[in-house]
Amino acid sequence: MDSVFYTLQDFFTHSKGMTYVLMGAALVAMTAMWNFLVARDEKDWPE
Amino acid sequence: MMSEEAIAGNKSLFTPFNLVAGIIVLMGVLLTILRFTGGLGAITNLSDNNPWGIWISFDLLCGVALAAGGYTTSAACYIFGLKKYHSAVRPAILTAFLGYALVVLALHYDVGRPWRLPYPIFVQQGTTSVLFEVGLCVFLYLTVLLIEYSPAALEWLGLKKVRNIVVKLTLVLTIFGVILSTMHQSSLGALFLIAPSKVHPLWYSTYLPVFFFVSSIFAGLSMVIFESTLSHHYFHDKMDDTHLKENRHVTFGFAKAACWVLGGYFVMKVFGISMDNNWHYLGTSYGLWFLVEILGFVALPCFLYAVAVREKNVRLIKWTALWTVLGIVVNRFNVSMIAFNWQLPSSERYFPHWMEIGVTVFLITVFIIAFRFIAKRMPIFYEHPEYRDTH
Repeated sequence: MDSVFYTLQDFFTHSKGMTYVLMGAALVAMTAMWNFLVARDEKDWPE
Repeated sequence: MMSEEAIAGNKSLFTPFNLVAGIIVLMGVLLTILRFTGGLGAITNLSDNNPWGIWISFDLLCGVALAAGGYTTSAACYIFGLKKYHSAVRPAILTAFLGYALVVLALHYDVGRPWRLPYPIFVQQGTTSVLFEVGLCVFLYLTVLLIEYSPAALEWLGLKKVRNIVVKLTLVLTIFGVILSTMHQSSLGALFLIAPSKVHPLWYSTYLPVFFFVSSIFAGLSMVIFESTLSHHYFHDKMDDTHLKENRHVTFGFAKAACWVLGGYFVMKVFGISMDNNWHYLGTSYGLWFLVEILGFVALPCFLYAVAVREKNVRLIKWTALWTVLGIVVNRFNVSMIAFNWQLPSSERYFPHWMEIGVTVFLITVFIIAFRFIAKRMPIFYEHPEYRDTH
């Protein structure tokens, strides 16, 4: 986390690399969240 | 001898609400006189280091974000065709209209010289400034909101012909309103892009405009739920069957949407830290406060909304809406006040003068009085019998 970056390329390789991994995790998490949110929709949605 | 009606009239004039509101308005008028005769220095703690205080942080940034219910509700109903939310449109538009009107009013306290208000739009346009874009959008959107709200007033006044013409403009106005809101909600965040060395790195991001826009969506949705909770308490007798029946759809539908947007916003905030590699700041005192904001006021309400929608728990949705509204206030305060000038010594930091807070309380009271006046008289929570199903 506190690593020293000597070039802009080093910085982006690190920060973008980490962001892409997080994006993958976010896609899975958001899908799971959507399923959690709508799981009981069809059965007994209040009128 | 006084008639019974006159006695009843006297009684209703001195209600606890009227008394409290009256005292606050009186105080507000005195503070207004002090501000416009003595200048900013007379009633504020503003300085060259802190030229924007609570009037910008709360009255403007929070006011605009919380008035976003207008464009989200009308977009849901008229653009996405979700007619089950139709009964929520008028209260949301009224809240937005009064919210924006008070934003402009509050801006006068900050800017001063109210007679020069038209200058940036009509006389000398600063087209290279983000602030000009905000001013132009707020000016246009306030006009749009006035026209969108006007059918209720025209129905009340019995001006049928004008009302029918205005109602035909609904779709165009809604589209225009969404475009303008997208522009200025994000531009309010863009204002802080000019100060990368002043805003704490955890709150500063090149994505600030996106953060402000996305957060305005769940702020607006939550505000509609919160406002509807209060309205059901105080104006229940004004609501017709359609409004009462559709309320459940509005509460669950908006909670679901707010939950989803809060989830997306949380992810984006994490990306914001990651893209700037600001992880090491999380261990500092500002970092802990940042975690309180994104975990306590973003992730938590997202989870609570999801649980409440699944469990069909209306009570939990209402409390979560209030919590989310508070979260927006915390976020706007953080960006514009708490994490702003964070490197200055504490003696140079800004804390609002009690009279600045007094002006803000005065403006909120004016909002409540105006909302109450309109909601009690005009068809906001019910359909006017002569115009049923015509809009």
